[in-house]
Amino acid sequence: MDIKAYIESGILELYVAGTLSEKENEEVYALMHKHPEVLQEVLEIEAAIVKLTASTSQRDSDHILQRIKQTLGFGSDNDTKLISIAKPKYNWITYTGWAASIVLAAGLLWTVNQNKQLQSDIQIAETQQSLLETQIANSKNNLKDANVLINVLRDDNITKVPLAGQGNFASTFAKVYWDKDSDRIFLDAQGLPEPPEGKVYQVWSLTLTPLTPTSLGTIDRFTADANKIFEIKNANESEAFGITLEPDGGSESPTMDQLYTLGVVSAS
Amino acid sequence: MELDQLVENFKQKDEKAFEKLYNMYSDSMHGVIYNILRDHDIAQEVMQDVFIKAWHKGDSYSSKKGRFFTWILNIARNAAIDKTRSKAFKNSKQNLNSDFFVDIIEGNENLDDKTDAIGIKKFVGKLAEKCKAVIELLYFKGYTQSEASEALDMPIGTIKTRNRNCIQELRNLVLN
Repeated sequence: MDIKAYIESGILELYVAGTLSEKENEEVYALMHKHPEVLQEVLEIEAAIVKLTASTSQRDSDHILQRIKQTLGFGSDNDTKLISIAKPKYNWITYTGWAASIVLAAGLLWTVNQNKQLQSDIQIAETQQSLLETQIANSKNNLKDANVLINVLRDDNITKVPLAGQGNFASTFAKVYWDKDSDRIFLDAQGLPEPPEGKVYQVWSLTLTPLTPTSLGTIDRFTADANKIFEIKNANESEAFGITLEPDGGSESPTMDQLYTLGVVSAS
Repeated sequence: MELDQLVENFKQKDEKAFEKLYNMYSDSMHGVIYNILRDHDIAQEVMQDVFIKAWHKGDSYSSKKGRFFTWILNIARNAAIDKTRSKAFKNSKQNLNSDFFVDIIEGNENLDDKTDAIGIKKFVGKLAEKCKAVIELLYFKGYTQSEASEALDMPIGTIKTRNRNCIQELRNLVLN
C-alpha cells in the first residue's frame, strides 16, 4: 500500500472528524500501529482541530469542571465525612419527634380516659345527692310532724283523755289529746293490736245523757302508720271517746261487743 | 503511548485521568457546542452533561473504533443538536443566526490571551469561503461526507481533498 497516497487522500482528516465507516476506522487504526507516519499525521490533524474548535470557546471552563466533579461524586472521602455528620443529626431530630408524638398521643388518651371516669363519678355523685336530698326532705317532714306533736303535748289547753280497755279487751288502751281550740283530737293508739283482715278501728265521740255516739271516722292507715298517732277532726261537745272494731268502711252505730277502749272526759 | 494510557485509566474510572482529559478537550467541546447553540449558559449546561455522560459511558469506548477525541466530539455534537430540537430551546431561539464558527473566532476577545490566537485569527481571516463551509459542516456540525457534498453541492471526492487542503493550511498556521 502506498502510505503517502493514503495520507494525501484526505481519509485521515475524515477519520478525526468521525465520518468514516466502522470498517474504515479499523483500517486506519491498524495502519496507525503499522506506520508511524500515519499516526503522526492523525495526531497533527487532531491537534489542529482541537485548537481550532477551542478558539470558538469564549468561556473559561474550570468552574464547570468543579460542578461535574461534584455531580460525579469525585473526592468521595469528603463526601462520606459529610454524610456521617449529617446522619446522626437527622436521626436525632426524627427520634425526638417520634418520641414526642408518642408521649403526646399517650397523654391525650390518658386525659380522655380521665375525663370519662370523672363524668361517671359526677353522675354517681349526682344520684347520691338526689337520694340524700330526698332523705333530708323526709326527715324534715318527720321532724315537723314530731314538733307538732310536742307542741300539742305541751299545750295547756289540751285535754288528756285516757281510754281504758273494756271487757275482753281489758289489756288494750289508748289516749286522746283533745285540742278544743282547733276542733281536733290526737289519738295515740299504740296500745291497740293490729286489726284483723277486713276490719278497721272506728273512733266515736259520745254524749252520756242521753248516750249518743257520733262517728269520728275509721282509722284506715293503722298498720301503715309508724307512731300510731292519728289526727282526727272533732267539733263535737264530746263527753267520752270510744274505739270499736268494725267491718271495712265503718258502721252507722258502734258494735258494742267489739268496744275495745272507752274513756270519759273529766270535767274541767 | 501516553494518551492511550490516559484513556485506559479513564475507562477504569480514574478521576485524575478524567480531569486531565477534561483539561485537554473541554475548551474544544465548549467551542463546538457553543457554535451550535450560540448561548453561553445553555452551552455550559450541555457541556457539563457531555462530560458526565462520557464518564458513565467510558466502557463503551474502544480505540479501534476511532480517536478518543472523535468519540467525545460526537457526544458533544449530538447533545448540542438534541438541545436545538428541544421545545424550550426552539422557543427562545427563533432566529438562530447562520454564521459560521469563523465569526465567533473573529469576534472572540478572550482569544487574545491564548497562544496561537493570532495565528488562528489570521487563518480564519484569509480562509477561503469553501474552506469555512467544509470545516464547519464536517467538524462543528458532524455532517457525513455525503451530507456535506449534498449541502455544498460538491462531489464527495472534492469534499475529501478540499478538506485535506484546508486542514493542511490550518496545521501550518497553528502548529508551526
